[in-house]
Amino acid sequence: MADTLQFDLVTPERKLASVPATEVQIPGTEGDMTVMAGHMPLVTSLRPGILRVVGPTGHLNFAVTGGFAETAGPSLSVLAEYAIPVEDTTKTIFDELVAEAESLAEVALPEDRAAADKKVNDMIALRAAAGH
Amino acid sequence: MPSLKDLKNRIGSVKNTRKITKAMQMVAAAKLRRAQDAAEAARPYAERMNSVMAGLATSVQGSADAPRLLSGTGRDAVHLLVVMTAERGLCGGFNSSIVRRARIRAQELLAQGKTVKILTVGKKGREQLRRDYEQNFVGHVDLSSVKKLGYTNAQTIAREVLSRFDDGEFDVATLFYSRFVSVINQVPTTQQIIPAVFEAPEAGTERNDYDYEPSEEGILADLLPRGVATQIFAALLENAASEQGARMSAMDNATRNAGEMINDLTIEYNRTRQAAITKELIEIISGAEAL
Repeated sequence: MADTLQFDLVTPERKLASVPATEVQIPGTEGDMTVMAGHMPLVTSLRPGILRVVGPTGHLNFAVTGGFAETAGPSLSVLAEYAIPVEDTTKTIFDELVAEAESLAEVALPEDRAAADKKVNDMIALRAAAGH
Repeated sequence: MPSLKDLKNRIGSVKNTRKITKAMQMVAAAKLRRAQDAAEAARPYAERMNSVMAGLATSVQGSADAPRLLSGTGRDAVHLLVVMTAERGLCGGFNSSIVRRARIRAQELLAQGKTVKILTVGKKGREQLRRDYEQNFVGHVDLSSVKKLGYTNAQTIAREVLSRFDDGEFDVATLFYSRFVSVINQVPTTQQIIPAVFEAPEAGTERNDYDYEPSEEGILADLLPRGVATQIFAALLENAASEQGARMSAMDNATRNAGEMINDLTIEYNRTRQAAITKELIEIISGAEAL
């Protein structure tokens, strides 16, 4: 079994990373998980959180706000709606994201309200996790 | 016969026009490169999105609880045409060719007794369609203040389209935009986005049996709206590249025409000047001979 997997992080606007990785921690909607090489084929959606990539050359951390991840054996692709390396983040970015989630939650339909509120909490947790 | 002074003025003004069109051409060339890079950068996301969704769609298709974005409303009575054009003119036939396509489609649908609703993106298309289809307009997205197209712009349009779909305002949505092939070739394109259509995965390609978390339906319900936004984003980028390409070749033509015009005018100017000189000489000589 190969001990690294090909990790790709793409956003609609550009490709953020394409590196070999030994393990990747993914903030899935159903809970965090770590993907290593040879993981079973899986598609999961993401909640706002920190994506941690451990590679032979070092660690990479990205803040993602949502999207999904797809893995099949030797590769893992994360398709994030919005992603940014943690070291490039500022408090303002997260404040804006939290504010946006809050404004969406306010206008959400009753049946979507719970999901929208969860998104707000996830955003706040993400802001805390990024150290702001 | 225009006087020498008139000709000189005209040459001067055509020269100024040529300077302007030349500058516009160079600006368009620079913007085109940026637009192409953006379109290039967006491709991996769109491709992967499409492949994952195509896989999901084939496994969910046909089941009774397939999301409506995929299976449609079961009707085909109300069509939403999303017509994407530029905010600015002076780009040759770019806007007209998209509008022409949309107009033909609208006529077809109306002839079949369907209802047509039009959502315009970009000012130019709205202006051209206003005359015939003003009563079909349901909305307009203004991008004139946007300097650099971002995914958020696509999300705004997608939200607009999706909320109308959720309210049951239409059954089928189609995008009209121009696909960028090369600087001299942009193809007006029609693309149905709701219900979603996927290129069938090639026969013989290996299909992984994915595990889905939370569930196939859950992921699909989450992905389909994103897919709409992604398709709109891709169309926006293609359109932006096409617009700059079209403007570049239109301005190239204009520059060349101005050059030809200057040559013609210069020849006429020289002839007129020579005629005036000859006339003066004849007058002097015949005056001298008469003495």
